[in-house]
Amino acid sequence: MKSELQIRTPEGIVFAWALAGPITRSIAWSVDLMVIFALSQGLSTLCLLAGFISGDFALALSTLSYFVISIGYGVATEWAWRGQTIGKRMLRLRVMDASGLRLQFHQILMRNLLRFADLLPGFYLVGGLACLASRRAQRLGDLAANTIVVHQPVFTAPDLDQLFAGKFNSLRQHPHLAARLRQRVSPEEARLALQALVRREELEPEPRVRLFAQLATHFRELVAFPPEAVEAMPDEQYVRNVVDCLFRREGSGSPRAEGTPVVVAQASSR
Amino acid sequence: MILDLPRFIAAERPAWTELERALDRLDADPQRRPTLEEAKRLHFLYGKVSSDLGRIATFAAEPDLRRYLESLTARAYGEIHETRARSAGWRPVPWFVTEFPRAFRRHWQAFLVSVLITVIGALFGSFAVALDTEAKEAILPDMFASHLGDPAKRVQEEESGKSDRLQGHRSTFASQLMANNIGVSIKAVALGMTYGLGTMVLLFYNGVILGLVGLDYILAGQLVFLLGWLLPHGSIEIPAILLAGQGGLVLGHALLGSGDRAPLGLRLRAVGGDVMTLIGGVAVLLVWAGLVESFFSQYHEPVIPYWLKIAFGSAELGVLVWFLTMRGRKEPA
Repeated sequence: MKSELQIRTPEGIVFAWALAGPITRSIAWSVDLMVIFALSQGLSTLCLLAGFISGDFALALSTLSYFVISIGYGVATEWAWRGQTIGKRMLRLRVMDASGLRLQFHQILMRNLLRFADLLPGFYLVGGLACLASRRAQRLGDLAANTIVVHQPVFTAPDLDQLFAGKFNSLRQHPHLAARLRQRVSPEEARLALQALVRREELEPEPRVRLFAQLATHFRELVAFPPEAVEAMPDEQYVRNVVDCLFRREGSGSPRAEGTPVVVAQASSR
Repeated sequence: MILDLPRFIAAERPAWTELERALDRLDADPQRRPTLEEAKRLHFLYGKVSSDLGRIATFAAEPDLRRYLESLTARAYGEIHETRARSAGWRPVPWFVTEFPRAFRRHWQAFLVSVLITVIGALFGSFAVALDTEAKEAILPDMFASHLGDPAKRVQEEESGKSDRLQGHRSTFASQLMANNIGVSIKAVALGMTYGLGTMVLLFYNGVILGLVGLDYILAGQLVFLLGWLLPHGSIEIPAILLAGQGGLVLGHALLGSGDRAPLGLRLRAVGGDVMTLIGGVAVLLVWAGLVESFFSQYHEPVIPYWLKIAFGSAELGVLVWFLTMRGRKEPA
C-alpha cells in the first residue's frame, strides 16, 4: 500500500493525493455507524407516530426506513458532499475517482453496495485485507467503482510573528542568496524545518542539538552565505533565519505563514 | 529560476480565479453544455494553471498556494479529460423504462448463465426432495418453516381461511419482504467481486429452494395451488433475483477479464454503470413483488379463484419479458 497516489496529467503536471489507510477509514466508518444507528432510532420513533393511522403501517414504515438508511446513508452523503460522509468529514477523508476524473453517481452507489463483500466474513476482514494489499488502499468496493479514499489534512498556521519577533536576520542582508535559498529548498524541507522550530521546546536537549545541526548543515550546503553573515551563528539560529527567509515576506517583515490566504478563495477538492 | 512570488501571484491570480469560477459554474449546472468558445477558454486556463503549478511546485514556502493550484488543476483535469457523460439530473422514469432494459440486453449472456445456474440448482433441489423427503428439513432455511409440513395440509388450512397469519400485519410483511429480497439482490451483485463464484453459489442455492418446494407441492398434487400462490409475485421476484445474479456475473466477468485485454480499472469502469442500473431496476421490481406477495398472493380460493391468480402472474411475466426485451429499442441511445 502506498501512502500517496500521484497523477501525471498528459501536460506533464503531477498532483498527489495522500491515501487514507484502513485504520483511519474504520474509525470514520465507526462514526458513520453511530450516525446510522441514531438516524434509524430517530426515524423509527417518528414512524411509530404514524401508528394513529395503523400500527401495521407504522411498523412497515419503520422497517423500510431502517433499510433505506442503512443502505442509502453512505450513498446520499457521499453524493451530496462530494465524496464525504459525516465520519469522513470528521477525519478529513474524501472519496475520489482513482483516475482523477469526475466522481460519478454510479461509482458512489457501487462502492457502497459492494460494502457487503468487504464486510465478509465479519468486521470488515475482506475489505481491510484488500485495503492493505492494494497499491491504492482500495477495498473491493473501491476497486469495482475505481475510487480511492484520500486524506486531506488541514495545516495549522504557526504563529510566525511570535517565532521571529525581534530577531535580526543577517541572511536578509543578502537578498540574492535568500532568493536562491527559496528556490533550492523543497517544500518538504521547508515544512520540516518550520515544524522543527515550532516544536523545538518539546525536544530533549541532545536530540534538539543534533536535529538543528543536521538541518543547518543541509541548508549551508544548498546555499553558501558569506562568512560575515553567518559567523558564530548557532545551528538553531541559522535554521530559524532560513525559515524566516522562506516563509516571511521580504522587507516588510510581515509573515506569509502557512494558512495565510495567499489566494483569496480555497478551491474545493472536487 | 528565481521567482518573484508576489509579482507572480498578482499577475496570475486573475486566471486562477477565472478558472475556479468556470469550474464552479460547471458544478452548479451539470446539464449545461459549454459553448465552443467557453470550452476553448477552459482548456486555455487549465493549461495556464497547470503551468503555474509546475513553476510553483519547486518553490519552498508556499504550500497553501501549491495545494490551491493542485486542487484547481485536479478539478480542471477531471473536466477536460472526462469522456463520460456528465451526471445530468437523474430522471427516474426514463432510467427505469429505457436504461434498465438496455442494460439487461447488453449483458444477456450473463442472464442466461444466471438462469442456467438456477435451473441446475432447482433440478438438484427436486432430486433431493424426490429421493429423500427429509431433505427439505435439512436444506430449507428458517424463513421457509411454513413449508416444512405436508403441502396438502397447508393448502387445506390456507383455503379454509382459518389461519390468516398475516391479518393486521400485511404492510409489515410487505416491507420485510422488500428489505429481505433487495438485501439478497445486493448480496448477489456484491458477491460478483469473488470472481462471480459467490453469486453462482447464491443463485444455485435459490434454485435448490425453488426446486425443492416446487416438487414437494407437485408430488402432493397441489400444482394449481402452487402456481396460484407463486406466480403473482414469483413471476417478478424470481426474474429479479436472476437479474441481480446477472449483475454479479457481469462484475465477476469484468474481474476475470477473459478475452478482454483492457486494464482491470477500465473493464470495471465499463460495466459499473450497467451493474448499478441492473440493481436499481431489480429494487423497483422487488418493491412491486413485495406488495403483490403480501396483498394478493396470500389470498387463496375461495376468496380469489386460482385461475385469476395464475392469469395475473402469467400476464406480469409476459409484460416483464416484453419490457426487458423490447423497451428502449426505438429511443436514441
